[in-house]
Amino acid sequence: MITVKGLIKSFGRTRVLHGIDHDQAAGSATVLIGPSGCGKSTFLRCLNLLETPTAGTIVLGGITVTADGDESGVVLASRQRQARGLTGMVFQSFNLFPHRTVIENVVEAPIHVKGMSRVEAVELAMGLLKKVGLEHRRDFYPSALSGGQQQRVAIARALAMQPKIMLFDEPTSALDPEMRDEVLQAIRQLQDEGMTMVIVTHEMQFAREAADEVLFFESGRVLESGPPEKIFGSPSQERVREFLRKVSA
Amino acid sequence: MTLSQFSRRLAWSALTVGMMASRFCQAESWEELKQRGLLRWGADAEGGAPYVYHDPGNPDRLVGFEAELADELAKRLGLEARMAQENWDMLVPALKQGSFDVILNGLERTPENQQKLDLSRPYFVYAQQIVTRAGSTNINGLEDLKGGTVGVLSGSVSHHILGGRPEIHSKIYLGNAETFRDLKIGRLDATIVDSPVATQFARTDPELRLGGPAFAPGFYAIGVRLGETNLLAKINKALAELLDDGTLERIDSKYGLWDTNQLAMRSFQAEAVDRKAQRSALTAWRRYLPLLLRASVTTIWLTVAGMALAMSAGLCIALLRLYGPAPGRWLATAYTEVMRGTPLLIQLYFIYYGLAQQIGLRMSEYTAAVLALGLNYAANEAENYRAGINGVPRGQWEAASALGMSRWLTIRRIVLPQAFRLVVPPISNDFIAMFKDSSIVSVIAIVELTKEYQIRANDTGDYLGLGLMTAGLYFGMSYAASLVMQQFEKRLRYDHR
Repeated sequence: MITVKGLIKSFGRTRVLHGIDHDQAAGSATVLIGPSGCGKSTFLRCLNLLETPTAGTIVLGGITVTADGDESGVVLASRQRQARGLTGMVFQSFNLFPHRTVIENVVEAPIHVKGMSRVEAVELAMGLLKKVGLEHRRDFYPSALSGGQQQRVAIARALAMQPKIMLFDEPTSALDPEMRDEVLQAIRQLQDEGMTMVIVTHEMQFAREAADEVLFFESGRVLESGPPEKIFGSPSQERVREFLRKVSA
Repeated sequence: MTLSQFSRRLAWSALTVGMMASRFCQAESWEELKQRGLLRWGADAEGGAPYVYHDPGNPDRLVGFEAELADELAKRLGLEARMAQENWDMLVPALKQGSFDVILNGLERTPENQQKLDLSRPYFVYAQQIVTRAGSTNINGLEDLKGGTVGVLSGSVSHHILGGRPEIHSKIYLGNAETFRDLKIGRLDATIVDSPVATQFARTDPELRLGGPAFAPGFYAIGVRLGETNLLAKINKALAELLDDGTLERIDSKYGLWDTNQLAMRSFQAEAVDRKAQRSALTAWRRYLPLLLRASVTTIWLTVAGMALAMSAGLCIALLRLYGPAPGRWLATAYTEVMRGTPLLIQLYFIYYGLAQQIGLRMSEYTAAVLALGLNYAANEAENYRAGINGVPRGQWEAASALGMSRWLTIRRIVLPQAFRLVVPPISNDFIAMFKDSSIVSVIAIVELTKEYQIRANDTGDYLGLGLMTAGLYFGMSYAASLVMQQFEKRLRYDHR
């Protein structure tokens, strides 16, 4: 479902990703861990072209969304459209549209990007809100919701575009501990339904339980990867061990 | 009309306060004047030919039949004459305030003026003269002006004459130069001026012609403050001498103004003046408030139309500057800087007179006023919008992009609605400011609230009472606008918990 080859990303003269390779099967969950500034979020944002890769290729669901060499803005825009049609993204700071109610947040893109009828979009949105347990909040403004509720609306909003891949960028980092569970629960539910997911997180317990594969990022490289039992049980790199010791302390 | 004259008009309120103070001061006596050795005479030399104007060959020297009369008069009084420059429609309040000793500048001996001043015997017999374009041969009298647009000088006799003839549309000007300019451009069908003005402007200009014989003759007289009987007596004696010994005839002939009508001065008899006790316009509010209210309507719609233009043009400029192609960005930036960096008054003159004269783009004064106000404020609004758009968090853009929304869709549906809320307070501020700034458009012959106040205050001499009413109306408008904008802001709120 996701194939990344030699992904390089530079901001000006600073290189933040040094050639990342990654393969992921449909229906699996990959969790990216590592210290702050290691490039895991940048990698995630490259997948839906929120950041434009400097070099390398990304293939999502059989469609190449990057190309080598210089491209015109028009070609880039069409590739961005493809990448974003395949992916949904959930942000650390939710980024709900504050001037729209819960239901309006969810139906916005289906109606105005996909051209879905309002009736159809509302029906779809209500199903998704029910799934994240917020159908009774449909006419609330985001500011009237708790952080956990807002993040669950954000998940429903992303799902409303019926993506093949979900990208989560530290979805629980801005939440109080008691609200994290409700969001993690929603993600677990998606996994059970067979959604392909890439998740950046600092929740080690969650990574251990939910991940099919864990990538440990350090200074723009994948230092170690493998199933969670191996990364958390017997990592081969001393740096990984040290990091895990620190975050579990 | 110049910039200095305009700034003088802005100092209006200061003058009002000054006049209140002068009521408590002793009026200047003839004795003090003699001691000073100086006769200060108030006049407006701006476009003032043939009355008083700067000699084109030697701009330091004042010429004109009134300038020469002032010199002769002062000589007979044993004084030296010195001209004091003042806007013509401000001469009476300035005299009362003590800016000079007499008014000698086409002041008509009318019952209205006699209520406010003591007037001397006449020094000139004027009449009203219609002036029109050379091609308008069908205009030969007041009756031919029905349905036409006629320019008159603010506070002049013709202004009063047309005040009683609603079938003739009058436009109120602050100077003769502007009136004749609009007549030639074609914005006016005719103007009615005092005969000396017609002599000066029309007889030598092939583009203009006199529309029929002169009518409604009257006297020019010298005005002094009420109760200065000594000074008035000396002036009357000197004027009689100047008439008898032919000095007046010599001066007037020099400017082509002496005619047989002037002989009426020989048989002049001063009439008894019945002075009504001056009443404040506040007690007569029933008469003046409707006039001021009507003028307020002009102010309100100028401001609302101007602000609507400013808000829509400002939005386009802001979007062009933020998201346009490079040349568009430069253009938008240049526009903002130029419009913010130059005075509104000059922009107004440019749009109203400049475009008409240079490229023949002739628009009505109201169109020009709304354009000038709107385009000037558009620069401010563009900056407000820009700040508002930049105030929308980056995460909003990212969320919209991740959902596949295009840039334009994101701007329209996500960014602008949030930016609008941020810009309501600064835009409200500009809205209220425009109510007051709109008074500037009176320079292109629009009678809005401030101009109406000036006209009525000059008529009645009650600057304070009318001033309070006018200030009250401005406050009412601003406060109402403020309430409307607050409601608007409330409706845009989405973070009430």
